[in-house]
Amino acid sequence: MYDFAYHKPATVADAVKLLADPDAKAISGGHTLIPALKHRLNKPSAVVDLSGIAEMKGIKRVGNAIVIGALTRHAEVATSAEVKAAIPALAYLASHIGDVQVRNRGTLGGSVSNNDPAADYPAAVLGLGATIHTSKRKIAADDFFQGMFTTALEQDEILTAIEFPIPEKAGYAKMKNPASRYVMAGVFVAKTGGAVRVAVNGAGPCVFRQADMEKALAANWSADAVAGVKQSADGLNGDIHGSAEYRAHLVGVMAKRAIAAAG
Amino acid sequence: MNVVAPFEGIGASVRRKEDFRFLQGRGAYTDDFNRQGQLYAWIVRSPHAHARIKGVDTSAASRMPGVVAVFTGADMAKDNVGGLPCGWQIHNKDGSPMAEPPHPVLALDKVRHVGDPVAVAIAATRQQARDAAEAVGVDYEVLPAAVSMDAALKAGAPQVHDGAPGNLCYDWHIGDKAVVDAAFASAAKVVKLDLVNNRLIPNAMEPRAALGEFDPTTGDYTLHTTSQNPHVIRLLMGANVLHIPESKLRVVAPDVGGGFGSKIYHYAEEAIVTWSAGKLARPVKWTADRTESFMSDAHGRDHVSHTELALDADGKFLGLRVSTLANMGAYLSTFAPCVPTYLYATLLAGVYTTPVIYCEVKAVFTNTVPVDAYRGAGRPEATFLLERLMDVAAQETGIDRVELRRRNFIPTDAFPYQTPVALQYDSGNYHATLDQALKASDWAGFEARRAEAAKRGKLRGIGISTYLEACGIAPSAVVGSLGARAGLYEVGTIRVHPTGSVTVLTGAHSHGQGHETTFCQLVADKLGVPVAQVDIVHGDTAKVPFGMGTYGSRSLAVGGSAMMKAMDKIIAKGKRIAAHLMEADVDDIEFERGIFRVAGTDKTKALVDISVAAYVPHNYPIEELEPGLEETAFYDPKNFTYPGGCHIAEVEICPETGKVSMVNFTAVDDVGRVINPMIVEGQVQGGIAQGIGQALLETCVYDADGQLLSGSMMDYTMPRADDLAPVSVATHTTLCTHNPLGVKGCGEVGAIGSPPAVINAVVDALRDYGVRTLDMPATPSKIWGIINGGRRMAAE
Amino acid sequence: MPQVTLTVNGQTHTAEVEGRTLLVELLRETLRLTGTHVGCDTSQCGACVVHINGESVKSCTTLAVMANGANVTTIEGLAKADGTLHAMQEAFREYHALQCGFCTPGMVMSAIDLVQKHPEGLTEQQIREGLEGNLCRCTGYHNIVKAIAAAAEVMHGKRSEIARAAE
Repeated sequence: MYDFAYHKPATVADAVKLLADPDAKAISGGHTLIPALKHRLNKPSAVVDLSGIAEMKGIKRVGNAIVIGALTRHAEVATSAEVKAAIPALAYLASHIGDVQVRNRGTLGGSVSNNDPAADYPAAVLGLGATIHTSKRKIAADDFFQGMFTTALEQDEILTAIEFPIPEKAGYAKMKNPASRYVMAGVFVAKTGGAVRVAVNGAGPCVFRQADMEKALAANWSADAVAGVKQSADGLNGDIHGSAEYRAHLVGVMAKRAIAAAG
Repeated sequence: MNVVAPFEGIGASVRRKEDFRFLQGRGAYTDDFNRQGQLYAWIVRSPHAHARIKGVDTSAASRMPGVVAVFTGADMAKDNVGGLPCGWQIHNKDGSPMAEPPHPVLALDKVRHVGDPVAVAIAATRQQARDAAEAVGVDYEVLPAAVSMDAALKAGAPQVHDGAPGNLCYDWHIGDKAVVDAAFASAAKVVKLDLVNNRLIPNAMEPRAALGEFDPTTGDYTLHTTSQNPHVIRLLMGANVLHIPESKLRVVAPDVGGGFGSKIYHYAEEAIVTWSAGKLARPVKWTADRTESFMSDAHGRDHVSHTELALDADGKFLGLRVSTLANMGAYLSTFAPCVPTYLYATLLAGVYTTPVIYCEVKAVFTNTVPVDAYRGAGRPEATFLLERLMDVAAQETGIDRVELRRRNFIPTDAFPYQTPVALQYDSGNYHATLDQALKASDWAGFEARRAEAAKRGKLRGIGISTYLEACGIAPSAVVGSLGARAGLYEVGTIRVHPTGSVTVLTGAHSHGQGHETTFCQLVADKLGVPVAQVDIVHGDTAKVPFGMGTYGSRSLAVGGSAMMKAMDKIIAKGKRIAAHLMEADVDDIEFERGIFRVAGTDKTKALVDISVAAYVPHNYPIEELEPGLEETAFYDPKNFTYPGGCHIAEVEICPETGKVSMVNFTAVDDVGRVINPMIVEGQVQGGIAQGIGQALLETCVYDADGQLLSGSMMDYTMPRADDLAPVSVATHTTLCTHNPLGVKGCGEVGAIGSPPAVINAVVDALRDYGVRTLDMPATPSKIWGIINGGRRMAAE
Repeated sequence: MPQVTLTVNGQTHTAEVEGRTLLVELLRETLRLTGTHVGCDTSQCGACVVHINGESVKSCTTLAVMANGANVTTIEGLAKADGTLHAMQEAFREYHALQCGFCTPGMVMSAIDLVQKHPEGLTEQQIREGLEGNLCRCTGYHNIVKAIAAAAEVMHGKRSEIARAAE
């Protein structure tokens, strides 16, 4: 990797100042940025380590939502009694991200800010209709994910926490890429306050909502309801591990499994 | 207190001696060595599959921080550095030699695959070397590439080498075509099958590395390298590439983190660091990152075959006709030409009595990484072909697949058995391994398991493979007549120290096989010296007299036999010393497990009495016998060895996703005499994992431009713990008749026998979908494609 | 250059590193603890796994500076000073769970973390899934899974020793 300056601010305000440099990169767990740096795909002038910012840590229940600090590691979400009680599907999702070592280091904020199409968390954020808290504002999930590796975050804007509304029901299922173990096709379903949301990750260039499935499930919350919904292969990803058609098919299978998991 | 020492000889599962250091992080792998003043090399590699080099500008790179030198192919040419040699010469059908185009260490005029080395940057740190390598300006004129074998053989295809017209390396054959054609003409049934044996990337967990050193005061070079055969590297690099006499070149292969064939070959980087160390008079180290491994380690397999089997009305085989295309990649790697010929076509009789066989093989140059031997090498390709053909033949003749195999087995009383493709099998019992495997796998009870799985919505299948391989390579005169440019004996030295402990020097090399334990057991068994008092030295040309290394499941059959021969010499000499000490006739001295005895008396001398006398020859037959107790033997095998057996795989397919899960795997192998059952089981388990990897997960994919799409572990599917299931491994022994240990070899059987068993199981699971051919790997998307596109044949 | 102070196997070290220096580079090249290995460059193989504050981490995907102040344990730090092996090391030897030894340090460190996180015990499937971050090319994992199961029983006090019955 190319060398860079390293900073470890203690507050969000200091971090924001450091990230005003357009060539600076934020790091928390490092499991996305470091592999990219090792392959020299990125040449940051500075790396700003957010892991010392206390205000971005922790899991708490606020009203009818679970608010999780951006620096919270996947393993913490997976084992949190609070999360397990309120949104078991979210704990389940976190417990299946990458491998044990990824979960020990990787963070919620890092994963969601990066918006890798094959990452797990974006499906939960979009599927639960979460609200993203940043150093500047609050952003609805529907406005946050804008395209492959692209979000509404500005250069000097830091994702600080995510507020997940507690659903009546939620479930997640995914098929992993056999080599990378990233998501090949995943579906997060949730019924929150009577509204149904279905988010699809892995299959497309960016996590997206499956409107036809949402409609079908709103009318009839059952695996059978989505069986009749055909996911179009148009615009989906295809690679040596599976065509767009295969991924489209998997979306249907994973939707059924996610609903079964949601109960 | 009377302590009975645990039995440590042949047949005991002695826990491994080497594990103490590996388990405590004290192994010494090549990259663990660091020298005073050491520099780091980073290789500039071609990003193109095929391009002309119009110029290489090193000026900017040379001025980068920490940079000591940047060398190109032209710099090496000025020093008359030779090309990387090929160890085999195959001849065409017309008797002419194969095309053998030059393989420069650093590319000169052209690059021929993505990853082809073009220059090397050498700097004080690895990162500085990499920074400098990025600053080397190579002016490429990109040329169209011949990537697939099909494309390479087409008229007008881009030419990989000017010296290999039509991209043909050789067009070779074995067998009498006319006789085979006649057999087909009289056949009641002919079964045809087209197969692809998928290209694999070995991926030993330790990336290759090399550390070159030069002492300007003596002119001595030392190379530490990740090699399976340091003496061979010394010979090839010293004699052919760098022109350094053996006496001035020491090659050390310390602990090596897996090889599977990929670390047999002499690679460019070994020559680069050794030569650079000489130029700079400083140690130079290179360590591959995994991305480089993918594009520079020799790949494996990559055959496309058309095959035809002629049968009579009773299902007896009358003849076999095979036509194969074998990918050589861009250059000939050290062993490459022999893999699809003498390690492949000679195996096409398998365990069957097929009376006549004809096989023709075209070896093809393409703009891809060189292809060479990978665990099994040629034999997995032959076995996959035969065992897939068996199942298709069974289906098309209506004969049960087990019965069809049995009907054509070489009978147990037919050994030695001469095949129509050159080999003579010495021993085996294919019915016994089959019976044992059928029983262990509960073959008879399978339909109940299939029905139970169906209730859970899963498609369950069972598959079998009855296989044989030839290993323990190899009789030097035989391989010499076939085109090998080296002998394939092995060397062993037994050094009995004055106080009775023993050091064994062997030319075999352990990179996971447990030699440091198994070889000690031979000494324990034969000389009666406890395992704890025996040490194995290997992997260093300065310590071990000579050796041909470890590959082709040869270490015990050939290397172990050399040790046995050397121990025979120790015993013979010991008897003469014992006869002198006990004032007896040498012919009256008996030896067993460490004790010399005058026959029929209670007069004995222990081995330690003899060794003391040998090194302190106060009372010694000095006029007729030299002091000392150390013997060296070269063992050249009389024949190949022929392990074989039966593998049975059971799989379940999720019809929704197409994912194939291993549920059971049973192996019954005849590997000859078993020295350490624990280690043998481990070797077979590991081989099976690689075979399952080939069958279900792994494949190398290039795009049409020659870019490697499966170029990292993000895209090349390495088997993980949850991809595999427990395996049941057992042995059934018939002894090898021609080596002193009766051993056959166990390193490759797992990777040879298992892939067709798995694919046959997948095809069986999909029997309602009319699957006839199924290329490996059986990935979820491929299986889903079959299920989705297929018609459910059976009524439900 | 940034300075990093960390405790490795009970010893405190302070070193100057570049921002880009990986923890594994600090361990292998500066501290000469070469038991921790690098087998890939995509964070897949797990040969580099060490413990940071008791949890398994891929040291090839961690900047040395990020380990500032941390307590790091490597494979070299497992056995007791008198040479007694950790139960996991003993189990790997007893069950022949290693061949070439290259993946072994990372495998052992991951396995210990896995067992420690599951005092209730582990099924075979849980062990296999728990090894998702570690690749072994030699063993086919069969004996690794058995060794971890055996070590788990000893580490959680359900069995007193690793040794298998004589064969």
